[in-house]
Amino acid sequence: MNQKYSDTIAAISTAVSSSGIGIVRMTGKEAFEIADKIYVGKKEKHLGDQKSHTIHYGFIEDSGRTIDEVLVMLMRAPHSYTGEDTVEINCHGGVYVVKKVLEILIKYGARPAEPGEFTKRAFLNGKLDLSQAEAVGDLISSQNEYARQSSVNQLKGSVKKEINEIRKEIIYHTAFIETALDDPEHINVDGYGETLKEVVDHLLAKIKKLLSTCDNGRIIKEGISTVIVGKPNAGKSSLLNALLGEERAIVTDIAGTTRDVLEEHINLQGISLNIMDTAGIRNTEDIIERIGVDKARDHIEKADLILYVIDASCALDENDREIFEMICNKRSIILLNKSDLKTIVKRKDVIDELELAKNKIIIYENEFNYAIRIAEISAKNESGIKELEEIVKEMFFGGEISFNDEIYITNVRHKAALKSAYESLCKVNESIEMNMPEDFYSIDLMDAYESLGNITGETIGEDLVNEIFSKFCMGK
Amino acid sequence: MKYSVNSVWENKDKYDVVVIGAGHAGCEAALACARLGHRTIVFTVSVDSIALMPCNPNIGGSSKGHLVREIDALGGEMGKIIDRTFIQSKMLNKSKGPAVHSLRAQADKALYSRTMRQVLENEKNLEVKQTEVVKILVDKNRITGVQTLSGAVYRCQAIILCTGTYLKARCIYGDVSTYTGPNGLQAANYLTDSLKELGIKMYRFKTGTPARIDKNTVDFSKMEEQLGDEKVIPFSFATNPDDVQIDQVSCWLTYTNKETHDIIRRNLDRSPLFSGMIEGTGPRYCPSIEDKVVKFADKERHQVFIEPEGLETNEMYIGGMSSSLPEDVQYEMYRTVPGLENVRIVRNAYAIEYDCIDARQLKPSLEFKNIEGLFSSGQFNGSSGYEEAAAQGLIAGINASRKINDLSPVILDRSEAYIGVLIDDLVTKESHEPYRMMTSRAEYRLLLRQDNADQRLSEKGYEIGLISKERYEKLKFKEKLIENEIKRLEHVTVGTTGNVQALLEKCGSTPLLSGSTIIDLIKRPELSYELLEEIDTGRPEFPTELKDEVIEQINIAIKYDGYIKRQKKQVEHFKKLENKKIPENINYDEVKSLRIEAVQKLKEYCPISIGQASRISGVSPADISVLLVYLEEKTRCNN
Repeated sequence: MNQKYSDTIAAISTAVSSSGIGIVRMTGKEAFEIADKIYVGKKEKHLGDQKSHTIHYGFIEDSGRTIDEVLVMLMRAPHSYTGEDTVEINCHGGVYVVKKVLEILIKYGARPAEPGEFTKRAFLNGKLDLSQAEAVGDLISSQNEYARQSSVNQLKGSVKKEINEIRKEIIYHTAFIETALDDPEHINVDGYGETLKEVVDHLLAKIKKLLSTCDNGRIIKEGISTVIVGKPNAGKSSLLNALLGEERAIVTDIAGTTRDVLEEHINLQGISLNIMDTAGIRNTEDIIERIGVDKARDHIEKADLILYVIDASCALDENDREIFEMICNKRSIILLNKSDLKTIVKRKDVIDELELAKNKIIIYENEFNYAIRIAEISAKNESGIKELEEIVKEMFFGGEISFNDEIYITNVRHKAALKSAYESLCKVNESIEMNMPEDFYSIDLMDAYESLGNITGETIGEDLVNEIFSKFCMGK
Repeated sequence: MKYSVNSVWENKDKYDVVVIGAGHAGCEAALACARLGHRTIVFTVSVDSIALMPCNPNIGGSSKGHLVREIDALGGEMGKIIDRTFIQSKMLNKSKGPAVHSLRAQADKALYSRTMRQVLENEKNLEVKQTEVVKILVDKNRITGVQTLSGAVYRCQAIILCTGTYLKARCIYGDVSTYTGPNGLQAANYLTDSLKELGIKMYRFKTGTPARIDKNTVDFSKMEEQLGDEKVIPFSFATNPDDVQIDQVSCWLTYTNKETHDIIRRNLDRSPLFSGMIEGTGPRYCPSIEDKVVKFADKERHQVFIEPEGLETNEMYIGGMSSSLPEDVQYEMYRTVPGLENVRIVRNAYAIEYDCIDARQLKPSLEFKNIEGLFSSGQFNGSSGYEEAAAQGLIAGINASRKINDLSPVILDRSEAYIGVLIDDLVTKESHEPYRMMTSRAEYRLLLRQDNADQRLSEKGYEIGLISKERYEKLKFKEKLIENEIKRLEHVTVGTTGNVQALLEKCGSTPLLSGSTIIDLIKRPELSYELLEEIDTGRPEFPTELKDEVIEQINIAIKYDGYIKRQKKQVEHFKKLENKKIPENINYDEVKSLRIEAVQKLKEYCPISIGQASRISGVSPADISVLLVYLEEKTRCNN
């Protein structure tokens, strides 16, 4: 089997959680070569010389620093999942290390895999049966949709703004150079290198700062992002406390006490949950409370899992219906709380409401349509909590929430893109220093522009031409 | 206007190809077909306006100069004609990298037109006929011929539409509007209806031109003289450089000022653009002076170039001040420009509106997707510029001829030529204004230089049959010289000897600390192949007529080696997707998991390759992956 896709890709291939082992998989023509650059075994062992389907003990090192103690499994083309040379690195050091190993592979020449790309290659290399073609297509399209969503989710706010500002500056200066090249008798670009150097230095500093924030601890903490929602006083905070085993959220009998979103990280039998308690959702005039509610909606959109707490001792109302609509196409567990009191809301009511909500909202193509689970609990007495944990675990191991590595990979991908933008801008500076003509600057400027666009999900299209026309006056 | 005629008769002369229009696209198209052995007839509303230049009096310029060289390398005519009729020539961007060097020549307009006309008239297999074509005759989605205004029917196997700005043309300035083509020529008013009946989607575009003035009323002492290059480089690789070292005429530079801008602002309400009289979409890259004043309000002055229109006329062109303001405002504003205080206008500036098509209805071969045998090129396809038109004309001509001969079409891709970029953009991207070639549109411009157009394309031109064996062999010889010399240089080293250091010092270069290869020295910006001659003994003698070209190629190959290698790598990746062809009969509804938007777009465009599909807006990378999987599935099913 010939290797059709020459570049080498890598990804974390196990669920990312703080528990134990993680596997980083790399496939492609240079898989062995790249692995050899970071693997240190006994007696200067070279992975490239080893037989297929063998396992090797050793260490992953980068620039003399040991990252982890690992087992490396080798599979030579065509006898691997993808049909290409494949290396699997079994790491021991948890989330941070797994991610670090992936980053090092990328540093040495692998490319972060696109969603579904391993499977795509497996198919294109003839490793998967023809009957699976359609499933492969579905997988690619749904995983891409998820990746796009999570990529956009992570970018909300300041980072996106910062990247867009950098891109804006890059395109402006490129457009200036290009206008001058297209219309040299109207616009003079001689000696522009000096001006540009200042700009580029400034942009390099900005990107460097962005890169440094990629590595902070927040990422390591990331697990299944879970949101607790419900009407005011349904018992959301009590549930959180029950799960945490400590009183963190303010619990009172006054509806609307949790006005902000609390965030907690818990480890549920080895599964990392990133739990957010939200303000109760109801139509309110209170401005501060309103902000809390809006935030909660935002979190629902981004969450991997939703725990919807219903006060089963009160009848369902308009506010509940609004929540049903928000969550009916998300991965959710509906908790009928206050089982210690006399309950009037039953499972059947919930199922009916869900059906109603589903009919009401437009479910877009490719949008996830998950089975929603229901459980009875009493957060106050901590009864039913064990069952809830079981359900989460079942969803986790049963594949229902296979916590998607995408968040991590997206992160790594973002980082790789930032690095490549950084390198491109360094090349611009090199060209300026070498006194290269101005037209050479725009080649690397546009490369940087494109790399940054990969993060924000924007392509180049006609950006440059549009910028030229809108900002600069051409002759004729 | 509805067309009707009483008597229809059939012309029994057998034609292979009918070309409609004899502008820059029509001339190239007709010549290509005739030279490839097809009996060709070209129709024009006026034989006196063959290869007319109704706007600017020059050929080439940034990226357009590239197009002319590529046309020449493929065996087209434009480069040869301008080499015979130019009156000033300049290599633009000479201080920049080789990728953006671009030739531009001022033409003697009348001479250019006459010379091209003569080439057409003397071409075997080619006939010129003055009449208006009013109808395209089609049977079962395949063309069978055309009908002219007089009712004559000409049967043929292929038609090439090159109607430029003539379809339902309307010229406007102030509140004056006439239904004429450029320069007051007769418009073609009937063909649009026939095209619409065939289901062809039409647009209405607009462009404009400045006034022409009387040279005797210009005070050149108030302007800066703009000279041509001392050593002129010809456009055509077939022209002997000695033949183009002529006495050149000058252009002149002056500027608008506050007074000019005030007059324009005061009269904006009298512009047909503001009154809504003009409905067409104008190009952003060639704004009228009123557009510039409005859009770039903070600019205190704009450049104005006064350019001769030819040697045998006193008319001059006012580059930079196209307008559609009323006649009295034109006089007033032009006369505020230093040197033009007493200027007399020979022809007024005007805007022109015309019918053209949405070129996404075309295949990359420039044949209509839905009508077999119908090709189109030039401004009719929504482009602008003489060079863009000629380039498409040549390709349409080549492909019409190949269609008749049952050969696969010639399609240049974006990594091969600016022509490839031009046509791919036209047939793939939606555009709401006339399309102009720009160097920033070419992703791989370091490889698509004007200096290597022959190396890129002449082999193709030879295979097509438009480049002679002699010219092809000369190219191969030149390539061999370059290759051998670079190979030799790889093994030449110099030490820190006295004469080496002295030479480096003389050239303002740092002395060597240890030995170096000649190649590393050539890479220094201040040094070149020529400068190092005395320390590099053993150089071969190049034939005089090729010497400059060969040395230029050696310098570029060595100096920009790193950048060139990088772009070549990008091209490799690009080619992979480009070479993955999509079968014409693909049923996108059958491809599960494609997003609905992607299915719609793919059905509308019918891309020929995965590469082209990936450039359609609304088709995502995930859609491309899904498509790849689907194609693989199909191939395996078929095996």
